[in-house]
Amino acid sequence: MATLKELTGKKELFSGGHRLCSGCGIPPIVRLILRSTDCPVVVTTATGCLEVGTSIYPYTSWRTPWIHSAFENAAATISGVETAYRALKKRNKLPVNKDIKFVAFGGDGGTYDIGLQALSGALERGHSFLYVCYDNGAYMNTGIQRSSSTPFGANTTTSPAGDVIQGKQEFRKDLTKIVIAHNVPYAAQASPHHWKDLNNKAQKALSTNGPTFLNVISPCPLGWYTKPEESIESAKLAVDTCFWPLYEVENGILKVNYKPKEKKPVIEWIKIQGRFKHILKPENKWMIEKFQDRVDNEWERLLSLDGKQV
Amino acid sequence: MAVETKHKCNVGLTGNSAVAYAMKQINPDVVAAYPITPSTTVMEEFSSYVADGAVDTELVTVESEHSAMSACIGAAAAGARVMTATSSQGLALMWEMLYIAAGMRLPIVMACVNRALSAPLNIHCDHSDSMGARDSGWIQLYSETVQEAYDNIIQAVRIAEHEDVLLPVMVCLDGFITSHSIENLCLIDNDKVKGFVGEYKPNQPSLLDVEHPATYGAVALPDSYIEARRQQSEAMKLAKDVITDVGKAFEKVSGRSYGLMEKYRMDDAEVAMVILSSAAGTSKVAVDEMRKRGAKAGLIKPRVFRPFPYLEIGEALKNIKAVAVLDRADSYSSFGGPLFTEIRSGLYEFDKRPKIIGRVFGLGGRDYGVHDALAVFEELLRIKDTGKVDKLFDYITVRE
Repeated sequence: MATLKELTGKKELFSGGHRLCSGCGIPPIVRLILRSTDCPVVVTTATGCLEVGTSIYPYTSWRTPWIHSAFENAAATISGVETAYRALKKRNKLPVNKDIKFVAFGGDGGTYDIGLQALSGALERGHSFLYVCYDNGAYMNTGIQRSSSTPFGANTTTSPAGDVIQGKQEFRKDLTKIVIAHNVPYAAQASPHHWKDLNNKAQKALSTNGPTFLNVISPCPLGWYTKPEESIESAKLAVDTCFWPLYEVENGILKVNYKPKEKKPVIEWIKIQGRFKHILKPENKWMIEKFQDRVDNEWERLLSLDGKQV
Repeated sequence: MAVETKHKCNVGLTGNSAVAYAMKQINPDVVAAYPITPSTTVMEEFSSYVADGAVDTELVTVESEHSAMSACIGAAAAGARVMTATSSQGLALMWEMLYIAAGMRLPIVMACVNRALSAPLNIHCDHSDSMGARDSGWIQLYSETVQEAYDNIIQAVRIAEHEDVLLPVMVCLDGFITSHSIENLCLIDNDKVKGFVGEYKPNQPSLLDVEHPATYGAVALPDSYIEARRQQSEAMKLAKDVITDVGKAFEKVSGRSYGLMEKYRMDDAEVAMVILSSAAGTSKVAVDEMRKRGAKAGLIKPRVFRPFPYLEIGEALKNIKAVAVLDRADSYSSFGGPLFTEIRSGLYEFDKRPKIIGRVFGLGGRDYGVHDALAVFEELLRIKDTGKVDKLFDYITVRE
């Protein structure tokens, strides 16, 4: 694993001056992942915050080859790029004859929802690439609409906390589990607050032959109604409450990478976010209990699988 | 079933086999495709070429047509020569990506085996799929025969990759009528095809040119978007001469000449039909029959629909007395099919212009026979004699 000094000394492929929000979780995730290999990296990005915030012509934040084509197809687009790499390498037609890594970034909307089919197809076909979902739990780029990753109870512009319905009524989809069901060689959940863990996972993923996947929680001050300076802290709380467990599945073996010494109640994470404000009302106590039950059950399930073949 | 033959001419192939064979000879870097009737056998046969080592193309068997075109876009932006094939709903599912392929100026070549769109579901031929994509920025070539489908695929590579063009090309052939019918055709030697299409060298840094990082698919706001579109429009304009030049170069290797359109018995014609693809063949029989009956009938078969050669077609039609434009697709404008409205609009450039009618025919594979074409010519003769058009726009080959 690289030291912080080594990491900071690496070439910055994602330049400053981009237009992502102050406190956005995406840039530290992207910067750390792009630092996790010494090989050249070709990047694709699904339509979303990362894409519109980094590529407004005539500027680009990408000091590495980059393509955006549409919303639902980052995995299909990188499939094509990676296939061209194999085809041209085979025919000795590459401008530079060295190993190149391929990374696709998509938000939860572009991955859990509209991009799920393309992701599943690319995983099944076995392309050698890393798919990174930066999961901020809603369609933040279009103005905070609910996605299938939006947590239970959250207020979004399409699951508003109203007089009758109190925010999103469904639990979130477990995308990491879906990816694991594809039997990919490496898949993990990570958080930008634990940079060592994220770096380690990105290194593993980028040195693996075949499709790999990282689901990274990405705090969003705009959609979570949190303070920009509290983003990293809110990511840490998501992990310490076990809402967002850090774990990996490497060649079929599941490993829980972080077990909090003291598992915090999920209310600790909920109460700092304005999107959950309504469920703090006494009459909505049942929602917090329901949320906590779900988190507990999922955490217990995960612990029961620790070290086992999944 | 893969085709292997030593004979150059009088080779009997279906349209799809001929397309797959052309793809084999081109041996593109990457093919990404998804099965859909009636284009499926193109990919089946090409898959056999891959499996048998007849090509060393990397084949991506994606999970949808949307992903097929997305993968084509990724591969083309990575500097690969890329091809695919589809039909109907598959093309419709690609819709979003068609515009992106053209907007990124990626020279992808696609066989579009024309089939009707749902609903109601129908697997047979009409042009509603490719006509719906007419404004997506793709060059469109329409093929009458198996020979033309084969020849157009080979020419499409060179047209798409020409430095003045850099646009994707869709080669259309009629589903089942051409795709699944065996016709005799002449094949071109492998070496000649290879020489004709040449090596593909992208004229801009590809995604794999890591020493020269390029950003593909940026955001263009109102201060730059229209300039990108203007350049695309200009490329389409320039494509017309490139298509003509490539047609001439193709004649040197094949002995067969291709231009923007085919004119059949038009020199002294007084009435004429304009019609695309396989139905032009049927209609030529009707032209011959009309000539036998003493009527000066002719036919124009546009080969190129995008860019639309409005001046050339207008020039060819301006002295005709009465013209019928037959569309195998409706645009639901209640005014006429796409070919009709564009030809009628093109004729506006000319002071002298014919009486003109638009007829939609053959949707969903409805048979269009010589007798149908003859009836259209009889109507044109009435219009020529009376100077009156009763119905500007109508359906034929339909039960009313």
